[in-house]
Amino acid sequence: MMHDNGNAAPDAMKRVLGVIKSFGLPRLIIIGFLIILWTLALVIRIPMPALFSDTLVRLSMNAVLTLAMLPSITGGTSLFFGLPLGIICGLLGGVMSIELNLRGFQAFFGAILMSLPLAVLVGLGYGWLMNRVKGSEMTVGTYIGFAFVSLMSFGWVTLPFNNPEMAWAIGKGIRVTVSLEGRFSGILNNLWTITIAGVRVPTGALLFLGLICLAVWLFYRSKLGYAMKFAGMNPKFAEASGINVNHMRILGIVISTVLGAVGILVYAQGFGFLQLYQAPMYMGFIAAAGILIGGASLKTAKISHVLIGTFLFHGILVVALPVANTVATLGSLAEISRAIVSNGIILYALAQKGGES
Amino acid sequence: MSKNTNATKPGQDWNLSLRKFLTNNVVTILFLVVGLGGLKVSGLSLPFFIDDIVNRVARNGFMVLALIIPVLAGLGLNFAVVLGAMAGQTAIIVATHWKIGGFLGILFCFVFSFPFAYAMGLLTGKLLNRTRGKEMITTLILGFFANSIYQLVFLILVGTLIPMKNEVLVLSSGVGLRTTIDLTDGLKFGLDNLLKLPLTLFSLIAGIVLALFLIARYLIKKRKASGKQVSLAGTIFGAVGGLALALWGFLQMSQQTMFSFLRVPAATFAVILLLCYFIDSFIRTKLGQDMRTVGQDSHVADVAGIATDKIRVTAMIMSTVLAAWGQIIFLQNMGTFSTYGSHENVGMFAIASLLIGGASVAKATISQALIGTMLFHTIFIVSPLAGRVLFGDAQLGEFFRSFVAYGIIGMSLALHSWKKHMQGKLR
Repeated sequence: MMHDNGNAAPDAMKRVLGVIKSFGLPRLIIIGFLIILWTLALVIRIPMPALFSDTLVRLSMNAVLTLAMLPSITGGTSLFFGLPLGIICGLLGGVMSIELNLRGFQAFFGAILMSLPLAVLVGLGYGWLMNRVKGSEMTVGTYIGFAFVSLMSFGWVTLPFNNPEMAWAIGKGIRVTVSLEGRFSGILNNLWTITIAGVRVPTGALLFLGLICLAVWLFYRSKLGYAMKFAGMNPKFAEASGINVNHMRILGIVISTVLGAVGILVYAQGFGFLQLYQAPMYMGFIAAAGILIGGASLKTAKISHVLIGTFLFHGILVVALPVANTVATLGSLAEISRAIVSNGIILYALAQKGGES
Repeated sequence: MSKNTNATKPGQDWNLSLRKFLTNNVVTILFLVVGLGGLKVSGLSLPFFIDDIVNRVARNGFMVLALIIPVLAGLGLNFAVVLGAMAGQTAIIVATHWKIGGFLGILFCFVFSFPFAYAMGLLTGKLLNRTRGKEMITTLILGFFANSIYQLVFLILVGTLIPMKNEVLVLSSGVGLRTTIDLTDGLKFGLDNLLKLPLTLFSLIAGIVLALFLIARYLIKKRKASGKQVSLAGTIFGAVGGLALALWGFLQMSQQTMFSFLRVPAATFAVILLLCYFIDSFIRTKLGQDMRTVGQDSHVADVAGIATDKIRVTAMIMSTVLAAWGQIIFLQNMGTFSTYGSHENVGMFAIASLLIGGASVAKATISQALIGTMLFHTIFIVSPLAGRVLFGDAQLGEFFRSFVAYGIIGMSLALHSWKKHMQGKLR
């Protein structure tokens, strides 16, 4: 018995270390950071229920954008830094829905419906390009995204949208931020909200997120979804077993683009504004950081990574701002720590052995 | 029949080489056309434009040249020059705080920024050895990451952990630096003012020097049968251009025109020329040759016994240090700098300049860097004005400008990777 026990202790140690290793050091750091922030918030008497409500709202707003990283990663094209392309399609859908003077659910789902064909087209084009730049998808994607944002800035000024609600008082073009008040602002976030122990739960928004996750989950259970995952994991083997890897890569990107378009509309309804011009530029990095914090790598990702990552990342953002403001009266500290966390986690993922492209 | 083919052969030859020239330089020619067209549309007066472009080349040239060495070592376009720029700015902040101005201040900045830039280059190089094949995206994200660390230091730590008492530099709360720092009574023109020449005299001297240099190089290379030959057409073209420039300067000197009032920071150009000479001779050294081997094929380099990892780190260190100095030169010419913004776009603008000059991810030369800087900044100057004339909105021109900068980088990266992909397929 003694002998057994003597062996068990190092074994357990090893197992714990193994769990930590598979869980990932950065995730542990971030969870620790979040716990420290929460404790601080408790100490300085920031109302916790409000914090949790905000975290839930932020989760429901941002998770679809983070989810847009998933098909691209599993399809074999790594992090989807071309996310601004999908976002712009979604914004175009939103702007068109206002132009058509839609309101309420009609406006929200109308915007999604109108952005879908655009997103599919853009995704096809982007996917075609990505098949020609294998190995540098992320760098090319980043700059194609940046260039597209600048091109569309041109577009927001010149496209023939005439609704005075969106126009500048003087000059041409659409405003930098278009208010969704009376259109579809809060359409999901304010749907079926219930309050549990002071925490306001945006049930509608969470349900919508659940539905989308379910759809993606079902897709991965389908034959096509399985083929895509397989092609992404082991392209050579997949090619040998008769799967057209290039088509699967394009499929992943198209789904990612579509999710990006839907994601920004979900985000916009929660935020209350459509942010045009330069705003989409860096959103891809934030979404990428989200899924990486959740435990994804450059080659593997799961829906659970999306949900955990978005919760942790945006949980930190929600609590960091009031804490930083009270502790040090330095508002910029929250923004700086966000940038350090999000870019740091992407660098960490790039430096991992497993993620080689 | 045979006579006929013989007669057309020289013509065809010339035709072929022309076509080759055009396809090899399609990007540069395209931007030359866009830039000249924009210049015409914008209605800028020529003296004003020349004054602006000469100053811009003087202040940006060094940074663009700092990108060449990593390209040589196969690290691609070094977006992490931003880190070097931060090191340079750190030195400038310290110099301004200690009130060291003028040329002495510039020298101080060069020396003071060196250890910072060296350390950052070392770390970047080590990181890039862990992210082989993904160097460019790594340097890009690293730039963002370092930017937030920089903000943390100068916005939060200064005044809290780092004691600094300076009412001009530090915000009234005592924590963090102000968003803009004025260098007027300190480093401004510290290098430029060392020697400023009238544009006319400068172009006379520069033209003659260029022509003599090209002719001498041609003659020397011709005598040495071995090695790469310099093309006669290029030499003649360059020499004639140089002489024309000299003649123009001479003619302008003899009569009072708008051009007579323009002055050129000759000292800054001398420093840039020195860097060109340094890069050119560095490539010929053993280390430079090793770097090229690593850049062309790191497996071959490994087999040949070259310490690939170490060479890559060296290349990053050199590039980062040069970038730090480049940023110092840039800011002493600007005279004022935005503490948290001046470095942000440095990498993108420099890389876009290099690419417009016709460089690629795998190949970049000094002349491409200089020509590219000139063309990129031509577009930079003219596009808001051209936008106002063409669309009635200067902002559209600015959007076009950033579209050009991002688009050229995206396109060039895509084309390069596409080419590699196709070559891989053919193999």
